[in-house]
Amino acid sequence: MKSAVIVFPGSNCDRDLAVAFEAATGAKPTMIWHRDTELPDDIDLIGVPGGFSYGDYLRSGAMAARSPVMQAVAQAADRGTFVLGICNGFQVLTESGLLPGALLRNAGGHFVCRDVALTVENAQSAFTSRYAAGEQISYPVAHHDGNYFADEATLDRLEGEGRVALRYAENVNGSARNIAGILNDKGNVLGMMPHPERVIEAAHGATDGKRLFDGLVEGLLARA
Amino acid sequence: MKARIFVTLKGGVLDPQGRAIHHALEGLGFDGVNDVRAGKLIELDLADGTSDEDIDAMCRKLLANTVIENYRIEKVA
Repeated sequence: MKSAVIVFPGSNCDRDLAVAFEAATGAKPTMIWHRDTELPDDIDLIGVPGGFSYGDYLRSGAMAARSPVMQAVAQAADRGTFVLGICNGFQVLTESGLLPGALLRNAGGHFVCRDVALTVENAQSAFTSRYAAGEQISYPVAHHDGNYFADEATLDRLEGEGRVALRYAENVNGSARNIAGILNDKGNVLGMMPHPERVIEAAHGATDGKRLFDGLVEGLLARA
Repeated sequence: MKARIFVTLKGGVLDPQGRAIHHALEGLGFDGVNDVRAGKLIELDLADGTSDEDIDAMCRKLLANTVIENYRIEKVA
């Protein structure tokens, strides 16, 4: 079970995500610099971390999405490698076209940094298998541009195909249909604004995020 | 040759920045402002002979996110 975490200039959740991956897989992930053009062979899981890649220049995630390593990530995702994008990582995945829609400035205009109640909408995905459908959990959010936007047809398609993984139980940022996290059509890419990697140990004050990583790794090992 | 790229949010896409500017204008006593939408101006200094297709591709591939934004290209002599 090999994992990797992509590191852009301005990433700041890369080490937290690496800790979460290591706790779940038992092995240290490979840290991949944004200028790398190839990923190591047989990577099973790629993390695109939170932060402020390239200082959020132009649009959040826009520059990172065009960096050399993201082409390799897109190719890996196409081959079925699992990709988890959190916060800025979600923005990077939408900007690179791996996930539909876009993340706009929060509707309230403010940076939102606090715990938020979420509803697990789809508990069938590889990422959410250890949660129950409809279960309410809590992850922290910390973002300025988390207002999920897509046209109505895209939103209908996401809902119809069960690709809304997580919804905000309280809409903290104006997201369309309270969407907090979405899957790609094959179910191997998840992008989400909330931070599961910040709630994986008792010392964090909560452990709701641990099941995401444990369930994902369990599922990947079962597939192999 | 130079080109100016105007990037604006599509109609219907919420613009909290524009709304904040609107409120600030009202706070300054400007009552006649109906709406404010904020956008970006990107100035490109281009090699002579850069094709319109290339400039358009720059907009589509990076400068604008066409999911949420429109762009307009203005070539400056």
